[in-house]
Amino acid sequence: MPTPTPTAAPPPTAAPAPTRREHRVRRTGRLPVPLLLVAPSVVFLAVLFLWPLAVGVLQALRADDGFTLDHLRRMLADPYFWPAARNTALLIVVLIPLQFAFALAMALLLRDRPRLSGLYFYVWCVPLAISDLAAGLVWLSIFTDRGYLNSALVHLGLDEGHAWLSYQNPTTMFVAVLLAELWRATSLVLVILVAGLQNIPRDYDEAAAVFGATYWQRLRHVLLPQLRPSLQVALILRTILGLQTFAVAQALTGRNFPLLVGETYQWHVTLQNEHVAAAIALVLLALSIGTATVYLRVLRDPSHGRSR
Amino acid sequence: MATRPPTTPRSADPVRLRRRALLALGLGAGAAPLLTACGGASTSGGDGGAGTVDFLSTQFTPVEERQRFERILAERITAASVAYNPVEPGVFASTITSQVAAGRVQVDLVGGLHGDLAPHADRFENLDDLAGKLADRGFPAEIAALGRLTGTSTSYLPWMQASYVLAVHRSALKWLPSGADVQTLTYDQLLDWAGAARRGNGGKPVLGLPCGPKGLYHRFFQGYLLPSFTGGQISTFHSAAAVQAWQYLKELWAQTAPASTNFDQMQEPLQRGEVLIAWDHVARLVNAPTAKPDDWVMAPAPRGPKGLGYLLVVAGLAIPRGAPEADRAREVITGLTARETQLDVLRQNAFFPVVDTPSAADLPPAVAMAAEAVRRQQGAAGAILALPPVGLGNRDGEVSQIFKNCFKEICLDGRPVRPVLDTQARQLDAILAELQVPCWRPDPVAAGQTCRVG
Repeated sequence: MPTPTPTAAPPPTAAPAPTRREHRVRRTGRLPVPLLLVAPSVVFLAVLFLWPLAVGVLQALRADDGFTLDHLRRMLADPYFWPAARNTALLIVVLIPLQFAFALAMALLLRDRPRLSGLYFYVWCVPLAISDLAAGLVWLSIFTDRGYLNSALVHLGLDEGHAWLSYQNPTTMFVAVLLAELWRATSLVLVILVAGLQNIPRDYDEAAAVFGATYWQRLRHVLLPQLRPSLQVALILRTILGLQTFAVAQALTGRNFPLLVGETYQWHVTLQNEHVAAAIALVLLALSIGTATVYLRVLRDPSHGRSR
Repeated sequence: MATRPPTTPRSADPVRLRRRALLALGLGAGAAPLLTACGGASTSGGDGGAGTVDFLSTQFTPVEERQRFERILAERITAASVAYNPVEPGVFASTITSQVAAGRVQVDLVGGLHGDLAPHADRFENLDDLAGKLADRGFPAEIAALGRLTGTSTSYLPWMQASYVLAVHRSALKWLPSGADVQTLTYDQLLDWAGAARRGNGGKPVLGLPCGPKGLYHRFFQGYLLPSFTGGQISTFHSAAAVQAWQYLKELWAQTAPASTNFDQMQEPLQRGEVLIAWDHVARLVNAPTAKPDDWVMAPAPRGPKGLGYLLVVAGLAIPRGAPEADRAREVITGLTARETQLDVLRQNAFFPVVDTPSAADLPPAVAMAAEAVRRQQGAAGAILALPPVGLGNRDGEVSQIFKNCFKEICLDGRPVRPVLDTQARQLDAILAELQVPCWRPDPVAAGQTCRVG
């Protein structure tokens, strides 16, 4: 009773397929099509990423007479290195949670479509269009000794002019850099989160509401888990960009508030020692890869993990 | 009858072709200037084209100084038209290095401080012939010797010189300790003065140092403080006298305006009245007294236990190997070292002549004041001539950074002096061990002998 005819039918029809593929391969000149399609990106990666990476690693570890750890030792002995590492870490630890809290609040607000929400979105995205250095200079005009902030304070009779960016006040210096970075880079997280929220069907949220879930419960158990991929992308992007914070701090504080990328620049341009600059860049690379790996593991979708 | 069908397409064709050709022609005409601009474009700023001397320099970067110097070039240099491009030292170094290495030199003449030029000794033409021809200019022997970077042949010719002095607003003179003369201060008197002035000014310091990111404060340690206390710069780097010098600086820093770490040029805070006493490069001080010269005094730097250490800054002119307009560049050098040109540069940009010049009576008061202070400093009894580091090539910045690190750790971070000096001495010694260069003044200069921290 089993009728094998339908399953038996394919072989004869499938038979000419290899010849057609062979024919196509012959026409394109031996190389399989997928390889051709992948080739440009492989070449791109090799030339613009792997090669400079290898050069950078070699630069950090090579001297005229073979491999050496001198450059790394030099980096570690530099009085600016550890403060720079500490400041970079501090900036990320404080900045990223603040940025995500702000961006999430703003994205959720936009999701509720208040009046003029389009306008809010555009206004909040303005910092995206401004270069870091310009943003740093804008904030410098606010925080500098005779800047807008001190002028306003003096005008109000509150202060004789606090030196916000002086080496003597590391806290206000840090706060100034933090504020400037918060202002400049939160919009990037906002854009990613808004895009992520738009992909989440409202049905889940409405269903949860029908079953009596509070706003907080819906946010925690319905929205955030579905937003996980966007959060992951934004976190990785922002942390790597946070590690690269440079122009804002440079404009605001110069070397009074050293950061790792600023030190790379300092060693490369001012001190003309590309070896130590490459060594610091290697530290940054290791940190970036490390944090990205941690995020990918911590934010892995548990259901995905089980099914594998 | 049979002609009708073919004629329509034939008559339409030429029209379409003509339109397309016109379009291509238009696009071509539009693109041509863009494309030609790409070929051999100068990346170093103004390019005067063939026959023009392309002059790359690290000096006169501020726009007013640049404009004044360009006017001098236009008036005084008749032999060739000169396109003047002031750039940052990093750009300067990489432009020379890459152009000479690529064998496509587009810069005809370079001008920079001794330290800017020294790393490129083997990239410059031998200017012995020109030095011989210009012998009547009367370059001071110690300055001319600096230009012989390779030891024997002339790599650059002196262009101008400068130094660092004190600028003082007269209102600060009332706090001078009794018996002290501002023209012959000692470092101890400076400290007392700064302390008294601070107390007199309601606790706000009136002394400023150029410790900003682009400030030249490391020159204060290299050329003034350390030679005055130790008689040397490198060989005495962590001697007992050096510990004393840094201890002194720690005390002086306590009386110095903390905003100094943001000051790149002292003339600005002086003009604003933010500080009343400042030490800096004359070119970075000279604008302070311009408006009201009578309110200001310029004085030599103080003297210490070993004498009056002072730094001589020398700028030079060189021609990169393979420069397309090398002959014209030689004529420009001849013009720039002429007495009148040198006096013009002094009058307008406060860099002092490197040739014999009768002192001009028509100098602006601020410049005359600076010139007088420099003259007194150079002629002071027990003056110790110091030079910015010589022959360090691209490690110059690192060596200067060692002195800045000492300042940061001792004065800003409040670390004890001895361990800081010992650590930094090891770094300095490691760099010098690699470089294998002889010392420079005020350390004992001996060709062929490697400079090391004692």
